[in-house]
Amino acid sequence: MDLTYTDAQEAFRDDLRTFLDQRLPKRLSDKVRLGQHLTKEDYESWHAALQERNWLAGHWPEAHGGSGWDAVERHIFEEETTRAHAPRIIPFGIAMLGPVLMKFGSDEQKAHWLPRILDGTDWWCQGYSEPGAGSDLASLKTTAERDGDHYVVNGQKTWTTLAQYADHIFCLVRTRKEGKPQEGISFLLIDMDDPGIEVRPIVLIDGGAEVNEVFFKDVRVPAGNLVGEENQGWTIAKYLLTHERTNIAGVGFANQALANLRRIAGLEMQHGRPLIEDPLFAAEIAKLEIALMAMATTNLRVVSAAAEGSAPGVESSMLKVKGTVIRQEINDLTRLACGPYAMPFVSEALEAGSNVEPVGPDYAMPATADYFNNRKLSIYGGSNEVQKSIIAKTMLGA
Amino acid sequence: MNFDLTDERQMLSDGLRRLLADKTDLKAIVEGDRAWSTESWAALAEMGVIGALFTEEEGGFGGAGFDLMVVFEEMGRAGAPEPLLEVVLAGGLIAELGSEAQRAHLEEVIGGGLQLAFAHGEAGARYDLEHVATEARRSGDGWVLSGHKAVVTNGGDADWLVVSARTSGKVGERDGISLFLVPRDADGLTLRDYPLAGGGRGAEIDLRDVSLPAEALLGEADHGLEAIERQNARATCALTAEALGLMERAKDLTIDYLSQRKQFGQPLARFQALQHRMSEMLIEIEQARSAVINLAGHLDAPRAEREMHVSATKQLVGQTAKLVVEEAIQMHGGIGMTMEYDLGHFARRLTMTEHRLGDALYHLGRFSRLRAA
Repeated sequence: MDLTYTDAQEAFRDDLRTFLDQRLPKRLSDKVRLGQHLTKEDYESWHAALQERNWLAGHWPEAHGGSGWDAVERHIFEEETTRAHAPRIIPFGIAMLGPVLMKFGSDEQKAHWLPRILDGTDWWCQGYSEPGAGSDLASLKTTAERDGDHYVVNGQKTWTTLAQYADHIFCLVRTRKEGKPQEGISFLLIDMDDPGIEVRPIVLIDGGAEVNEVFFKDVRVPAGNLVGEENQGWTIAKYLLTHERTNIAGVGFANQALANLRRIAGLEMQHGRPLIEDPLFAAEIAKLEIALMAMATTNLRVVSAAAEGSAPGVESSMLKVKGTVIRQEINDLTRLACGPYAMPFVSEALEAGSNVEPVGPDYAMPATADYFNNRKLSIYGGSNEVQKSIIAKTMLGA
Repeated sequence: MNFDLTDERQMLSDGLRRLLADKTDLKAIVEGDRAWSTESWAALAEMGVIGALFTEEEGGFGGAGFDLMVVFEEMGRAGAPEPLLEVVLAGGLIAELGSEAQRAHLEEVIGGGLQLAFAHGEAGARYDLEHVATEARRSGDGWVLSGHKAVVTNGGDADWLVVSARTSGKVGERDGISLFLVPRDADGLTLRDYPLAGGGRGAEIDLRDVSLPAEALLGEADHGLEAIERQNARATCALTAEALGLMERAKDLTIDYLSQRKQFGQPLARFQALQHRMSEMLIEIEQARSAVINLAGHLDAPRAEREMHVSATKQLVGQTAKLVVEEAIQMHGGIGMTMEYDLGHFARRLTMTEHRLGDALYHLGRFSRLRAA
């Protein structure tokens, strides 16, 4: 047992901190800190800055434009970037499609798509869930029928995050209706500009519209955009779920949220004293901090094992459940810390570049919006119920 | 012991449920076209719902805790944002303290023709009722008010505001707080109004040397706090009853969804993990109902006993509201997070009940202190 980082890892952390000091514009970190919505350009400029150091997709092999980070280095990156309130890296191309192409794509596909992910040519979104296929993803119904050199796609995807910014979508589609549902699914790359695609925003309870419905009507997709074999899509989806989950615990985000909570509780007053001095409120913060300290180490245990090559299995389910619940509880306490000023709801104040004056302290409305928005954490990416079923299965069998 | 509603209250409850089901337009509330519906307000007045918040001596035909409970539970069940709680607070203060001339306004309030707001909260007050920094100083026969009032629900639509201000003593002291009846268009009163997360609107109100005549004073100078506490207790009963209605509706929506939604080849309602969570939700909502009944039955109790029930009820209902919001959304999945589906509004409104009149943690502390005293 040794809880310390190596010299090389500490040097990497120093290098990162210097980079963040110099290259992360205050304009961007302020937006992240205040919970404002970022524009497409905000994300793109941050991605470009990172790619100058090959840090955008640091976990990709150097041959593909990454830095070949192991899980510990990746963890350090998450820790430092969240501490600095850097924009998150949009995961769809970098964390999801990239690794899938490296594992299952043809040489031609790798050569074509991977550089375009890194240089920002393509913005990807994810077409998995459907209105009738949520936790039971394998029951998806969007079809792709082969017609000569093309697939013809019909159906609907939903909860598609940032589809409004995307020019491409990777989709799970049904290519065979017979047999087990899992065995008739394929993984297809689709250009969002293709005729027959329509995107409709969904307004969420935080007032934002980050997710969308995507409709496909007779969309013709070149057969060369099939990744892997036809009907191998479920294997690819499972690969993504088990291998791309290093940051699933969200320790960095939780630390960031906890620091924000402590700051707000220090500014809010109760009975003429800072709220953070109220023994009951302080105890609630303390409970979360204690849980987070332990969870951070659970995460490092999994990260270290992954760095030594073992594939995380049930551990990522465990981290997903614990990590999301802790973050949600921090969000809950944060909106409570804001008191009556959590009620004003001027959505425009969260829009990028908005000049609308917030009502009360500038942290109050984002706290309310975050509380509502982060209810998603325990729903998406395999709901916490699905994760618990996976855990139960490994303990108790079928 | 009898926990049944009287015939009159049962009729009020049934009639109000039908009226609100018919009049409440959730889409308009969510899209923020308007804070609330003038048509609904007129219908509420006509049915006698506003009158049910006042006693016969005050010109109404109710006014007891169980009247408040019946009315507000139905408002919650419908998700209706009409500013009735403002009538309980501001109207209650006018009824309790007002001169004959001031109380004359109540007839118009009960008839639906007059809107009220209680401008009491201030930045830094959190939920402490005695935290009043706004000042009122004597000027000739009258008064001059200066200060800032925060998150005044219905402030922008109110014809009259009941405004609290300090006429003596220091911020946080119980003595020295006075109440004034102020027209919204008074010189020196400026207001920024804005939507609230749970529906309805709030306002930030600036008072700059607002001159008022002597007869604007409501009750006796320096001794407003006891009445504020009494009306706050009634408002807490009303708000927790509303939360109860919101929880019932969130629970019903979840039951419907679990029964209809199929995954893995069967309705979600068949999954035992979800069945147990629904059971838990029901158990906790029934606890909350008993807590509201406790408070409704103790509004006329001596202060120490009444206030203990205020905090006990608000604590328990607040804690239950969080459970119901989070579990209802989680068991719905993604659809529970959208504003296109009814649950979104109920979840927001229910969550916001915790940010009025004190949250669970605040009242846990207050209950402990009251018990120790």
